[in-house]
Amino acid sequence: MDALLELLKSNARLSNEELGVMTGMTGKEVADKIAAYEKAGIIKGYTAVINDELADKNAVTAFIEVNVTPKADFGFDDIARTIMRFDEVDSVTLMSGSFDLAVTLSGSDYKEIALFVARRLSTLEGVVATKTHFVLKRFKESGLFMEDESADERGMVSP
Amino acid sequence: MIDYDKLIAKKCREMKPSGIRKFFDLANAMEGVISLGVGEPDFQTPWNVRHAAITALEKGKTKYTANSGLSELRRAISAKTERDTGVHYDPDSEIIVTVGGSEGIDIAIRSLIDPGDEVLVVEPCFVCYSPIVSLCGGVPVPITTRAQDRFRLTAEQLKAAITPKTKVLILPFPNNPTGAVMEREDLEAVAEVLRGTDILVLTDEIYSALTYGIKHFSIIQLPGMRERTIYVNGFSKAYSMTGWRLGYICAPQPLVKQMLKIHQYGIMSSPTISQYAAIEALEECDADVEKMRREYDQRRRYLVNALNSIGLDCFEPQGAFYVFPSIKSTGLSSEEFCEKLLYEHSVAVVPGNAFGECGEGYIRISYAYSIAHIKTAVQRIKEFVG
Ligand SMILES: Cc1ncc(COP(=O)(O)O)c(C=O)c1O
Repeated sequence: MDALLELLKSNARLSNEELGVMTGMTGKEVADKIAAYEKAGIIKGYTAVINDELADKNAVTAFIEVNVTPKADFGFDDIARTIMRFDEVDSVTLMSGSFDLAVTLSGSDYKEIALFVARRLSTLEGVVATKTHFVLKRFKESGLFMEDESADERGMVSP
Repeated sequence: MIDYDKLIAKKCREMKPSGIRKFFDLANAMEGVISLGVGEPDFQTPWNVRHAAITALEKGKTKYTANSGLSELRRAISAKTERDTGVHYDPDSEIIVTVGGSEGIDIAIRSLIDPGDEVLVVEPCFVCYSPIVSLCGGVPVPITTRAQDRFRLTAEQLKAAITPKTKVLILPFPNNPTGAVMEREDLEAVAEVLRGTDILVLTDEIYSALTYGIKHFSIIQLPGMRERTIYVNGFSKAYSMTGWRLGYICAPQPLVKQMLKIHQYGIMSSPTISQYAAIEALEECDADVEKMRREYDQRRRYLVNALNSIGLDCFEPQGAFYVFPSIKSTGLSSEEFCEKLLYEHSVAVVPGNAFGECGEGYIRISYAYSIAHIKTAVQRIKEFVG
């Protein structure tokens, strides 16, 4: 992957000037390149990786396996697009294997998610079956460990 | 009361403690210090390497190995060295697995130096060479690299330092603390001076995996040099394995045979579990090393730019993970600068003179730290330099 994209993936808060120095470009070149990536849809946005368990003790995330009957002309795309438009839904992915769509959802409590699955998801035309898994504990997210690893164990100075 | 000093061997008593020790003690006694002072990687050892060690431990691989190291590891070292340099070393007779590059340096010097022998030490450099030479009764002869030569050794300097007593040239590139590298042409000029002499080279290439913008080149790759060179490398820096204490030397068989005696009596064999892990590192971790190298490179660019922009004149290093800015513009000595920076702004760096007298007027800053950490430290250095 391009060095600029890799850097942004690990830290999107560096300034264009800083990114430029680190990758051997000017700040202006970085700005242009980022604009081009945004325009091409390669960069879709900039978010923070938040440890929900600490930010909101009651927050719940679920992973749902969804089996659907594909439509003649649109395959799985149609139903996937319908599901992704619900605000509660974080991600929708078409999968190979024993189910079709992987849907992740977050809600403010278990009940909210249960209601969403029962009232909105299962009732959609084409959805044949759902299997809901609640997230119990998150260990790693977006390449980051959710639990703090031990601190820097190196001494202050060494040869 | 026993007067211990009287009992201590003269050569040991006269050995100076490392100049780094003092800063270690000062910095450790303070709170809230942010350090750019260490000479070891911040990355965790790649997980597959750690896992290989756990597996070895589970399987009970807890006995001595052959004196020269596990045969499988020596084969992997041979293959890796050949991959990197094109030079072949026989795993059965030309390689010893050592306790870090440190032990490799130690047994190389001890196997070669008689009292009165002169050893050319290219300074500024890592701290261990001269004390070990002195312990053997040898005479360390510093050759000072200069900023205007990009801290590279020149053939003229080498020629001027050679006497009939010169036994060994220690060549420490990529360099700690300057970050300097020697390219093919530079080494060719040095080799030209050495060919036809009886001077041996001890090349410390522990940072060979960490070069930026150029590919590392080893003096053993030049015609006529393999036969007069002891090549030291290790796992500490490239694979982020400092605490595993594992390195190796490659050299012609008649030299290895002698060094192996010292290793055998002094060490027996290098740590077994580390050796199993090291096989995994050599065979499976090229991508991890490259990932770390790229990250060091980004930090290097950031730091050099930041230091130059706050008025600390900074040579652009192309290897290892250090920058070596001049602090002459501040009018302070290296130690004064470092002490003030530590006491007044709580940043720990290492005075250049810890790496040889010629390092006076410089400080060593390590970028084996996250960008966020480096940013905070640079901000404090900026306030200090004003
Ligand atoms: C130039 C140089 N050589 C050798 C060493 C020793 O490394 P190790 O004994 O961990 O392999 C170091 C460590 O800082 C170094 O900087």
